[in-house]
Amino acid sequence: MEPFARLTAVAAPMDLPNIDTDRIIPARFLRRPRESGFGPLLFHDVRFGADGGERADFVLNRPAYREARILVTAENFGCGSSREMAVWALLDHGIRVVIGPSFGDIFFENCFKNGALAIVVPGETASGLRDALAARPGTRLTVDLEAQTIAGADGPPIRFEVDAFRKHGLLTGRDELALTLEQLPAIEAFEARRRVEMPWLG
Amino acid sequence: MSRTMFEKIWSRHVVAKGPGGQALLYVDRHLLHEGSTHAFGRLEKKGRAVRRPEACVATADHYVPTAPGAGEIADPEVRRMVADLGRHTGRLGITFFGRGEPRQGIVHVIGPEQGVTQPGILLVCGDSHTATHGAFGALAFGVGSTEVEHVLATQCLWQRKPRVMRITVTGTRPFGVMAKDVILSIIARIGAGGGVGYALEYAGPAIRAMSMDERMTVCNMSIEAGARAGMVAPDETTFAYLEGRPFAPRGDLWGRALAHWRTLPSDPDAIFDQEIALDSALIAPTVTWGTSPQDALPITGRVPDPAAVGDPARRASMERALAYMGLIPGAPLAGTAVSRVFIGSCTNSRLEDLRAAAGIARGRRAAVPAWVVPGSGAVKRAAEAEGLDRIFTEAGFEWREPGCSMCVGMNGDTAAAGERVASTSNRNFEGRQGRGARTHLMSPSMAAAAAVTGRLTDVRTLG
Repeated sequence: MEPFARLTAVAAPMDLPNIDTDRIIPARFLRRPRESGFGPLLFHDVRFGADGGERADFVLNRPAYREARILVTAENFGCGSSREMAVWALLDHGIRVVIGPSFGDIFFENCFKNGALAIVVPGETASGLRDALAARPGTRLTVDLEAQTIAGADGPPIRFEVDAFRKHGLLTGRDELALTLEQLPAIEAFEARRRVEMPWLG
Repeated sequence: MSRTMFEKIWSRHVVAKGPGGQALLYVDRHLLHEGSTHAFGRLEKKGRAVRRPEACVATADHYVPTAPGAGEIADPEVRRMVADLGRHTGRLGITFFGRGEPRQGIVHVIGPEQGVTQPGILLVCGDSHTATHGAFGALAFGVGSTEVEHVLATQCLWQRKPRVMRITVTGTRPFGVMAKDVILSIIARIGAGGGVGYALEYAGPAIRAMSMDERMTVCNMSIEAGARAGMVAPDETTFAYLEGRPFAPRGDLWGRALAHWRTLPSDPDAIFDQEIALDSALIAPTVTWGTSPQDALPITGRVPDPAAVGDPARRASMERALAYMGLIPGAPLAGTAVSRVFIGSCTNSRLEDLRAAAGIARGRRAAVPAWVVPGSGAVKRAAEAEGLDRIFTEAGFEWREPGCSMCVGMNGDTAAAGERVASTSNRNFEGRQGRGARTHLMSPSMAAAAAVTGRLTDVRTLG
C-alpha cells in the first residue's frame, strides 16, 4: 500500500447525499481484474452518456475539476455494497482523499485498507468547503495527515480527527496482514480457549 | 454490569487491543462467493495459507445464470470466475456449494439454512447484506475484499467498536403487512445514513413474533439504514429453526451451545447509545418511490413533491430521484404501471416469501413478465414439494434457478433502461437493476400483486 502523508491538489464538491457504491462503480464492471485499471469506470453511468461520451454537467468532467484528487462529499457517501472496487476506481482516477460528514461504514474501512484517506468533518464544515469549492472552481486544498489539517479554503486550517491505528497505517503504508501475524501467539491462545469454552464451534 | 447482546458477543471475540480503540476480533465463520476470488488470488500470489479452511463455506451466487434449467455458463469470464472459486476452495479444502450442488444458493440464504449461522458467533462475508445472519443473535457484518483476504489468512479482523442502537417494534402487524414493510418503515424513519457507526438490535413483541425468515428480512436491510450489523436476540424460535441443521451442533454439544445461547440476549437494564420505537400496527404495505431505500411510503400515499421540501439539498436529491424514476409529484403510488416483477434476493427469496407471493398469484395471471428466483436449491426443492412452482407457472410467472439474479444484475439478469421493476430486493439505487432501470422495493406479496395487475397495487385490495 502506498503511504500517504500530505497532498495538495484540486478538490471537487459533490453535493448529493447518499451517493452509493453502485453509482461509484456499476456492478457490471466488478468482474474485471484489479490490474485492468478502474479509473475510467469511476462514476461511469453518471460521468458518461449512453453513447460513451462525457456528460458536461458531471462535476469531474468540468475543466476546473478534471485534475481533482480530493472529493468533498455530502452525507453517507459510499453507502451500499461492500465492493472495494469503489475505492479502486477513486484511486485509479487519482482521488486519494474524500472529505465528508459521514461515509458508508464498509466504504470507509475499505478506503484505509487501500491507502485512501476518508475524513469525517461536521456537516457544516463539509457544506462550507463544498460552497467554497463551487464558488472558486479549481481551488486547491492541502490535506496534511500528520498535522490532521485541511488548508486552502477560506479561514484557518480545519482540524480533523483520525484514529491512531488508521493514521499510522496510512503514514507508513504498512502491511496489516503482517502486523496481525505478529499477534499469532494471542490468536493461538484465543483458539485454545475457545475450543474449551465453545467446543461446538470446532 | 448490564450488557447489551452486542457487547456480550463483541467482548467474547477480542483477541488483542490496538491503538485508536481498535480491536483484533476472532471470526468464527467466514462465508465466501465468486466475489471472493480477488482475495483468494492475492493470497495465492503471496504464498500465504488459509488459517482455518474448516471455518469457511463458499457458494456461487452473484454471477450464476438463473434461467430455468440453466446449463453451461455462456459468458467465458463468468465461467472462469466460478471455476476459479471451485479451484481455490478445492486446493484449500473449503466446503463449496458450486453450480449443480443441491445446497448451492445465495450466501445469506444457505448459511442459515445449513446451520452454519449460529447465535453468539462472529460471522463475516465480503458482502454488505451479511447483517442477515444477525437474525440468529450473531454479530455478522459485511467486509471488503482486503478484509476477506485478511480473515482468510489470520481468521481475525481489526475493527473499531460501533455504538449500539435498539429499535423496538411493538404492536401486531395488520393483514397484508410483511417483515419487508417493517424494515422499509424503519429505514424511512431513521434514514439511509441513520445507522452509520451503529450496530442495530431489533427488539420488541413484533420482532419476537416473527419467524426466522422474517427476522432475516429485517436484519438483511440494516445496511440500507447505514448499519453494518443488525441483530435479534436468539429465542425458542431460533433454537427450533437450528436444531438438526447439517452444520448445527448435535448431541451433548447442542445442549452446551444452547446453554450459552440463552445467556446472549441483552440484559433487561442494558443501556443503548440510541433507542427508537415503532408501532407495527400503524405500518401499511410499503413501496419505495425514489433511488434510496429511505424513500419509502405506504402504497396508499402519493409521490412526494420536492417543492414542499425546505432543505435545498434534500429537494435537489428528490428532484433527481423523481426524474430518474419518471414519476410525477402528487400522483398516487398505487396504479403506477410496472414493466416487470422480480421476486428473489437475499432479502426475500426464502420459502415463506415464496408462499406469500404464491398466495397472491394463485388462480390469477401475470400481466407483465414476472420472475421468481428461489434463494437456494433447498428452498427451490421445498417450494416444489408444496407445489408453489406450479402455482407460479400456471399464473404465468417464470420459475428460475437459485442465485442473486436481478437484485444486482451481475450475471446479466438486468432490466432495460426505462423499465419499471416491482422488486423484492434491497436496493433501488440508480442503475442497480440495469442502467436506467427503475426499481420499486416492496414485499413478496406486494410484488406478486404488482405482477397480476401490472401496476403498483395495495395487496389488501386483492383479498
